[in-house]
Amino acid sequence: MEKRVVFHNRFLPYLLVAPQIAITLVFFFWPASQAVVQSVLREDAFGTSSYFVGLENFQLLFEDEYYANSFKVTALFSTLVTTLGLSISLVLAVTADRLVRGTTIYKTLMIWPYAVAPAVAGALWGFVFLPGPGVFAWLLAQMGVDWNFHLNGGQAMLVIVVAATWKQISYNFLFFLAGLQAIPKSLVEAASIDGAGPFRRFWTIVFPLLSPTLFFLIVVNVVYAFFETFGVVHSLTRGGPAKATEILVYKVWYDGFEAQDLGGSAAQSVILMAIVIGLTVIQFRYIERKVHY
Amino acid sequence: MIERRPIADAVGHLILLLAIFIVAFPIYLAVIAASHTIEGLSQTPMPMLPGSELLVNTAKALFDGPQMVGVSGATPAIVLLGNSLIMAIAIAVGKIVISLLSAFAIVYFRFPLRNFFFWMIFITLMLPVEVRIIPTYKIVADLGLLDTYTGLVLPLIASATATFLFRQFFMTVPDELIEAARIDGAGPMRFFWDVLVPLSRTSIAAMFVIQFIYGWNQYLWPLLIASDYQYQTIVLAIGRLIRAPDAFYEWPVIMGMAVLALLPPVAVVLLMQRWFIKGLVETEK
Amino acid sequence: MMKTERNSARPRFVRPLGAKLALALLLGAATVVGSASSALAQAKNRVELQWWHAMTGALNERVNEIAEGFNKGQDKYKIVPVNKGSYPETLTAAMAAYRAGKGPHIVQVFEVGTGTMMASRAAIKPVYELMAQNGYKFDPGSYISSVTGYYSTSDGKMLSYPFNSSTPVMYYNKDAFQKAGLDPNKPPKTWQEFEPMLRKLKASGSTCPFQSNWQTWIQLENFSALHNVPFATKSNGFDGFDTELKFNSPLHVRHITNLAGWMKEGLMVYGGRKNEANAKFVSGECAIHMESSAGYATFARGAKFKWGISMLPYYSDVQGAPQNSIIGGASLWVLAKHKADEYKGVAQFFDYLSSTENQVWWHKVTGYLPITPMAYEATKTQGFYAANPGTDTSVQQMMMKAPTNNSKGLRLGNFVQIRDVMDEEMEAVWSGKKSPKEALDTAVERGNRLLRQFERDAKRS
Repeated sequence: MEKRVVFHNRFLPYLLVAPQIAITLVFFFWPASQAVVQSVLREDAFGTSSYFVGLENFQLLFEDEYYANSFKVTALFSTLVTTLGLSISLVLAVTADRLVRGTTIYKTLMIWPYAVAPAVAGALWGFVFLPGPGVFAWLLAQMGVDWNFHLNGGQAMLVIVVAATWKQISYNFLFFLAGLQAIPKSLVEAASIDGAGPFRRFWTIVFPLLSPTLFFLIVVNVVYAFFETFGVVHSLTRGGPAKATEILVYKVWYDGFEAQDLGGSAAQSVILMAIVIGLTVIQFRYIERKVHY
Repeated sequence: MIERRPIADAVGHLILLLAIFIVAFPIYLAVIAASHTIEGLSQTPMPMLPGSELLVNTAKALFDGPQMVGVSGATPAIVLLGNSLIMAIAIAVGKIVISLLSAFAIVYFRFPLRNFFFWMIFITLMLPVEVRIIPTYKIVADLGLLDTYTGLVLPLIASATATFLFRQFFMTVPDELIEAARIDGAGPMRFFWDVLVPLSRTSIAAMFVIQFIYGWNQYLWPLLIASDYQYQTIVLAIGRLIRAPDAFYEWPVIMGMAVLALLPPVAVVLLMQRWFIKGLVETEK
Repeated sequence: MMKTERNSARPRFVRPLGAKLALALLLGAATVVGSASSALAQAKNRVELQWWHAMTGALNERVNEIAEGFNKGQDKYKIVPVNKGSYPETLTAAMAAYRAGKGPHIVQVFEVGTGTMMASRAAIKPVYELMAQNGYKFDPGSYISSVTGYYSTSDGKMLSYPFNSSTPVMYYNKDAFQKAGLDPNKPPKTWQEFEPMLRKLKASGSTCPFQSNWQTWIQLENFSALHNVPFATKSNGFDGFDTELKFNSPLHVRHITNLAGWMKEGLMVYGGRKNEANAKFVSGECAIHMESSAGYATFARGAKFKWGISMLPYYSDVQGAPQNSIIGGASLWVLAKHKADEYKGVAQFFDYLSSTENQVWWHKVTGYLPITPMAYEATKTQGFYAANPGTDTSVQQMMMKAPTNNSKGLRLGNFVQIRDVMDEEMEAVWSGKKSPKEALDTAVERGNRLLRQFERDAKRS
């Protein structure tokens, strides 16, 4: 993976990478190291005094039922978003792939939610689910169900799951479609000649060949659910009601910015960093292996 | 596929149409909401058909902003859209420029620390803004970049994804081209401008779409940096507005703003669909 | 060979180039405008005093008016009000700026953050010090102590300036009262009177006879003050960091049990932790509504029915009730590390703010409480209360009696989180998951843990 022919300037390459490296150092590595440093300190909010406390912040986190709750909420949320998002888009991709005509049109009509910001998705779905005069609320009221996601934790989770998944369906759909279309027709035809019906063909041939794409999408969706959904939670539920939707990322922000617990927030940041690194390493390792197929 | 099954085909179309309807439903509702007055909207259930106030509400959203008692974020949408535009374009252009340069250096030069820099850039993939919220805020504050366009844009300009994409692409550029350049006596920058960049235009276009959307849809970063409402982006303003206690009085204008907020990035995706898909799929590798 | 490639490549390359040009133009324009305005600002030659606040909308305009009034009246100083977002955002911005050496002179901090501010003693300049050092005499008698007490030390020294204070009151729908056969001019004075009235309202068809905003602030904190019982030991935290919560006393349990019972019977509805429930009062759905006195403007604007304001009810069998209510809102803190000359200007500004004329104006246009009895009297004399019935309810409720140790206010650390805990536990009661005693006991226990952590941090500094 190396170029045979290269340029041999001494200083030019440093100049070329300088902007990116500079920004990376100042805005990525420096803050990341600061987070690590802050996670072992307890400071007052104005920084007039800070004390080294070793792992006390982490210990407090592990004893904190709110933090355990946050993990559970995040796990539930990302599982729902990932499974729903992937299964729905897989069905849609398979359906679209089967069709001879109209695939491009359906593609166009399905991809645009990707361009919608999570916070705006939250606003839109929040409006659909508006308690009181909202469409959904009215329907449920007819059935005798009291709908108010500002007060009911389970309903709040439902709303953010819908808003977050809605966005991801287009992304997943595109990748699944690309993956499906990359499967050589000859393979499937051969199986059909052998007498395998469509379901059999799907599970024995298509699905295994789709599994790298599937795995990639699982990781992407989990990372998305962990991090990029901050906008959805912050705009819709603010982690409530009663912390029912307080995902880990939201808690980092809330503890740092609203509760002014800088040490605790930094400790949570460090833990999140470890999680992302873990996920990225898994993804990288797996993809490396995939290359060796 | 292999068998011709018209019924299955019809079912397939139906499923997809249903999906498209569900996907588009929130936007439809938003447009409906933006086309009524607040009184018109205040029936239970809300009307499902458009009213006649769409232009009026859009104009209100653009030039007055929502008029709510004691609420944040009531800046005219035109200011917000401007900020979002500046952010999106600056980030997209900035990322592309920086990543082109870095990828060029990494691929076409041999220098000590080359691998080290490469890994440095790679590691940033593992440090999304969300895990370094408070310290990054502090650093931006220390640099005096709060409530500035520079502060909104600069920290988001270093992108590993763009660098990798361009690196992938540069790897596929045939060596004959660089040999020809050297025969012509062209230096590296000449080669870069005259050969590499033009060849990369599809990748650049692809990156532009993705990064424009990334920049436009930024929420957490402007939330931290831009507490002065003159610097808010429209996505951020909407996030603030829908939680305001008096928001009920202004749903038509707010929903109008939401539609305004999503139009530019959606337009970019739809108009540059080919490059967008290419960009997405390429960045997987 | 290379040349032909170049030519065909040009047109396609223009797009990003065009974008770069546009960007360059935009940034260039921004720079020109930016430098022009800063040049203009420097031409004034006044000492600039930065005032960071969280007032929005109409209140933001009032803030700007006050600043302008001060600036016009003298030519040495210039107060520059800057809105920095919500209360937590403003506080965080101020802290970050302070750490970078660029803190504002004045920052508006919500009452819940008082404990945090006090724990950073080195970062603040107490108001009483500021005023004394600049030659202003401080006479405690000239202030409404229940308003200023919240932000003062236990011996009455003002630490921050109470800028926008409100207190909870009871709003009620007179039309709904009439419909239920109740006298619309006789709202319930005691909690004992409350229940039969709620039943009548329900019988007349109301789906929401009663609801309360800010349940922690109104039903626990103010409840304690009104009945002259401690919310926490050590004078609600005024006298020391080793304070402990006390809102699980039998009286508190009795009250929450009553509320829970009403919720079960549909006599009371839970509308959210903050003021989400305002919409339901404005729409006429809820008959009795407890909310901050600052809600007046919202209801005046939106309610299409006859409504009234009255003081909060109390249990008449509790000795000492009703005492006085405590405030919510925010105060102005002065940050350290500024020059003496600048502090002179800040002191002058606070003096300006507390003048009777300005107090009356602020009170009238915003509904926030005046901080001097003189301002209250002047407003009365001007006939404002007569013309706008109910606008003096809040002041009267604050001034009913001189505050005791239980009713000066609260001084608790980590209070943002403690309120979260209280809200959570109360929600568990409303949803039937816990008994009132269980919930209050748990809330006290969890809150105490937060207090102990704050104490540890405070002692370390």
